[in-house]
Amino acid sequence: MSEPREITEQAVQSAVDAALAAIAAADDSAALKAVRAEHTGEKSTLARLNAELRNVPNDQKAALGKLVGGARGRVNQAFAAREAEIVEAEAAAQLEAEAVDVTALPSRFTRGARHPLALLQDRVCDVFTGMGWEISEGPEVESEWFNFDALNFDADHPARAMQDTFFVDPPEAHLVLRTHTSPVQVRSMLDREVPIYVLAPGRVYRTDEFDATHLPVFMQFEGLAVDKGLTMAHLKGTLDHFVKSIFGEEAKVRLRPSFFPFTEPSAELDFWHPTFAGGARWIEWGGCGMVHPNVLKAAGIDPEVYTGFAFGMGIERGLMLRNGVQDMREMVEGDIRFSQQFGMVV
Amino acid sequence: MRVPLSWLAEYVELVPGTTPEDVHAALVRVGLEEEDVHTFELSGPIVVGEVLEFVEEPQSNGKTIRWCQVRVAPDGETAADGGDAVHGIVCGARNFYVGDKVVVTLPGAVLPGPFPIAARKTYGHVSDGMIASARELGLGDDHEGILRLSTLGIDAPVGSDAIALLGLNDAAVEINVTPDRGYAFSIRGVAREYAHATGARFRDPVEQTAPVDASGDGFSVEIRDDAPIRGRVGSAVFATRIVRDVDPARPTPAWMVARLKLAGIRSLSLLVDITNYVMLELGQPIHGYDLDLLRGGIVVRRATPGEKLVTLDGKERTLDVEDLVVTDDRGPIGLGGVMGGSETEIGDSTRNVLIEAANWDPVSIARTARRHKLPSEAAKRYERGVDPEIAATAVSRVAQLMVDLAGGTADVGGSLIHEAPARTAILLPDGYVSGLIGIEYRDEEVHDALAEIGGVVTRVDGGFEVVPPSWRPDLTGRAELAEEVARLAGYHRIPSVLPVAPPGRGLTRSQRIRRRVADTLAAAGSTEVLSFPFVTEAENATYGSADGAPVASVRLANALDANTALLRRSLLPGLVAAAKRNRSRGLVDVSIFELGSVFLPEVDRTYGTTELPVGDARPSDAVLETLQAGIPPQPRHVGVLIVGDVVTKQPGQAAVTAGIVDALDAVRRIALAVGAEIEVVQGAHQALHPGRTAELRVAGRPVGYAGELLPTLAEESDLPRVVAVAELDLDAVIGLTDPGLEAGRIGTYPAATQDLSLMVAIDVPAAAVAAAVRDGAGELLEHLELVDDYRGQGVPVGAKSLTFALRFRAEDRTLTAAEASEAKLAGAAVAAECAGAAIRD
Repeated sequence: MSEPREITEQAVQSAVDAALAAIAAADDSAALKAVRAEHTGEKSTLARLNAELRNVPNDQKAALGKLVGGARGRVNQAFAAREAEIVEAEAAAQLEAEAVDVTALPSRFTRGARHPLALLQDRVCDVFTGMGWEISEGPEVESEWFNFDALNFDADHPARAMQDTFFVDPPEAHLVLRTHTSPVQVRSMLDREVPIYVLAPGRVYRTDEFDATHLPVFMQFEGLAVDKGLTMAHLKGTLDHFVKSIFGEEAKVRLRPSFFPFTEPSAELDFWHPTFAGGARWIEWGGCGMVHPNVLKAAGIDPEVYTGFAFGMGIERGLMLRNGVQDMREMVEGDIRFSQQFGMVV
Repeated sequence: MRVPLSWLAEYVELVPGTTPEDVHAALVRVGLEEEDVHTFELSGPIVVGEVLEFVEEPQSNGKTIRWCQVRVAPDGETAADGGDAVHGIVCGARNFYVGDKVVVTLPGAVLPGPFPIAARKTYGHVSDGMIASARELGLGDDHEGILRLSTLGIDAPVGSDAIALLGLNDAAVEINVTPDRGYAFSIRGVAREYAHATGARFRDPVEQTAPVDASGDGFSVEIRDDAPIRGRVGSAVFATRIVRDVDPARPTPAWMVARLKLAGIRSLSLLVDITNYVMLELGQPIHGYDLDLLRGGIVVRRATPGEKLVTLDGKERTLDVEDLVVTDDRGPIGLGGVMGGSETEIGDSTRNVLIEAANWDPVSIARTARRHKLPSEAAKRYERGVDPEIAATAVSRVAQLMVDLAGGTADVGGSLIHEAPARTAILLPDGYVSGLIGIEYRDEEVHDALAEIGGVVTRVDGGFEVVPPSWRPDLTGRAELAEEVARLAGYHRIPSVLPVAPPGRGLTRSQRIRRRVADTLAAAGSTEVLSFPFVTEAENATYGSADGAPVASVRLANALDANTALLRRSLLPGLVAAAKRNRSRGLVDVSIFELGSVFLPEVDRTYGTTELPVGDARPSDAVLETLQAGIPPQPRHVGVLIVGDVVTKQPGQAAVTAGIVDALDAVRRIALAVGAEIEVVQGAHQALHPGRTAELRVAGRPVGYAGELLPTLAEESDLPRVVAVAELDLDAVIGLTDPGLEAGRIGTYPAATQDLSLMVAIDVPAAAVAAAVRDGAGELLEHLELVDDYRGQGVPVGAKSLTFALRFRAEDRTLTAAEASEAKLAGAAVAAECAGAAIRD
């Protein structure tokens, strides 16, 4: 192609046409970059024609300058427009290229889980701390005094044998694996100032055989309130509030006369719920009563001034009733599938 | 306690049609919980038949059967099964005669088993029913063959219903008797409770018989207790009466056999059955002696050292000086209140019977029963308390039955020692019951309830004085009386009132942290398990001792499994067992953790206390301290085990297998949850890989280990070679960590980053080099991270090159490169000094 030496309308138009055609033909940013160098770079026709302006007579300078400047402006505008198109198209193409099958991606996540018994225990604690109660704890290997004597279990009374106790060797040392968390109640009464409102959750032990409905090691929670003027009605009110909190508004509590050495009067605690497996019915879930005066005395609390109530339930049974677990052994075998059904929520 | 309904109905009104379920429902309201219902589990037609004739037919198998013709309905009538009045029946037993009345189970009947009866071909005949034995009817264990009604003294018309005749249509309710309610181990007690529950009329069986007249000289009895336990004489009541010329061979009437059977007691012989029957009826254990075998009078005393007695069960027992014995001139003839002796027992040849009804000290009986492992029916009642006022009536009731059923003659009088202390009155202040239960009971409600249970209630100034009934030793204070009022009025009346507790402080710091640790580990992919704390000797020796030194363990005296009688010193055995179980179930990638107590007694220390303070008074602070000091340490630990892949092989991703790295990361997560700074140093533990063990420290104190299980231990548990584990004393980590955090300034001037490569000997821990660099670089060093550990070309043998990425920042200005380099070189200088490090260019 011959290089025009003279600024003519035709020459300018020809250069512009060539540039616009090349711009339109460029279909990616690399091609566009090459077109830009060729049609607007130092050696391009338009650049040269522009340089030629200094050689034209003064009276033509304005007109020719306008001609060349307008041409360069059009070409630059076309570049900018094409560049924007190409950037957009390339971005879209990249996004398309980056698409994945979201159902086939690798994962570095591992599903973990709390144990549902521990989660349920936490829930129970939260209900009571929400009422202003505090959580008390104590040792699992316990002195018989805390586990029995202080709780009005006479050394020779059949109620003591009823507990199926694990004794620490030698038995003369009077240490046992606690059979209930009641010793924590005694410790709470000795350590705290009245009024006392505490919940004692934890592991307890009985020499039961290991089967679908019995565990030698299980979890219990016991509540204790000691204050002026507490009655069995307060016990019932607390239990009602508790079962509604854990099982829903429709749950309710029934008390039946019973016997425990550490409470008088004593009651078995049944509760009712419309959605139990097998239909709405009453189910036994623990024992309760008014703290026996001898227990208050063992803790140095004057039964003439204060009364108290106490209750105790098993977490395992709670989980069975609430979440439909059928076999208690699943709770202690450590099969990760059991806890992973629950994840972090019970 | 099992209560036959026909028997219950003798002493309390049962509305016709009352079912066992009705009785259970009533009793549970007053505190006697339902256990079960017992019946004879049979159904008719079962009728009285008469053996008309039989032919003996020897069989090829050596047996001889009898082919019998039995009349099962009066002549001309249809039998109860719709068949002929005479049935042909094959019978294997041969203990009966033509003319005997027997029990015939006709086709359609079902015997306990269940064993349905049908006409069937056998020994060449069609046997159209069965002649029943007592055992087949569920009435006893008698192997003597079929039941001849004449042996029971029964002569009923042919064809009459044998089920009703023998009392087999009765049913018993079984109830759970709580340990305070000894009186409910009797028909008398349960009938009374049923009356309380329903308002039905109660007839006290004790009032149906006159007590023995002891005004004259009865049989000689002397109580000589030289060593009462807790000041209570061993036997405060002892009644006797003699019945002479009984016929011991007479059968026990069917109704009595049936009732005993339903109550769970096997019929043995008429005389023994009568003693058991009266025990069940009144709750008063009875002992019968063969009067002719006694030598001289009876003396009750404590046993002497080494004294022996053969009890009724045929066992020779060496007695303890605390045991109460009944003696005659020869020595012990009975273990008082627990079991009689074999030498003087009633037998087939007994003609004259001495009947004993005594009251024994509950504590003494409980100890003796436990010592000799003899939880007899008598001991069960005595240790819960037997009414001390009924002994004189009980001997007369026994005597009456022996006269009526065994043909004897009772002596007019008997003997009675009665030194039981009178019950003292309990003051029940006005308003006490209402104040404890939360219901406003009217005065007459309180009065009437306590009177109804048998108390003597007197109005006094400011309240009632209540003398509890003699059969209620459990009523010892006003709280017990309050329960009586509440249960008779009904627990359903107790309203629901939520008490307002004073403001609490929520969970303690330790409780919050423990929950957070568990949540953090779970959120990071680990699954919480709860293992039993029972372990073997080997497990505690291996996992419970870092250096292999002998350790002490808490040992159970009565473990469920003798092999796992120790309490764990470490959480790892439980985690290893759980990992093994998961893998055996095909779950190969396992990350588990546990929070729980371990039990760490010290070597050569004894725990516990030989003496226990009494229960109903606060022990002194010193005594409480002693009790507390006797309890072995049992800190809460957290343990983690990871085996298999932590990242599994997936599209575009290679698997990452668990190792010590993951154990240490778990430790870092725990540290984060606690807010602790945990230092990691090279360590050693005999259960862990010797080159891959980290000791963990907080504030310079060892708090645990992390690493990989010793490969041989992993192999023993069928686990792969690499098992990452960590265990921390969580209580210690929490205790050693300062709960307060002072916030530092967050610098906003630009950071200067530089790398530093240092050459050190291979055995110098990276952490030591890092600490030296940190120390030397001073305050400008904001962050340091080990990014490379290089050995090989360019580094001398025996050395390694550690590269740290350093980030410097000043609080108040933009750092120059020269300042950062200066700080870096200062760090390198300290590393050179402390760790022999040289800068590698």
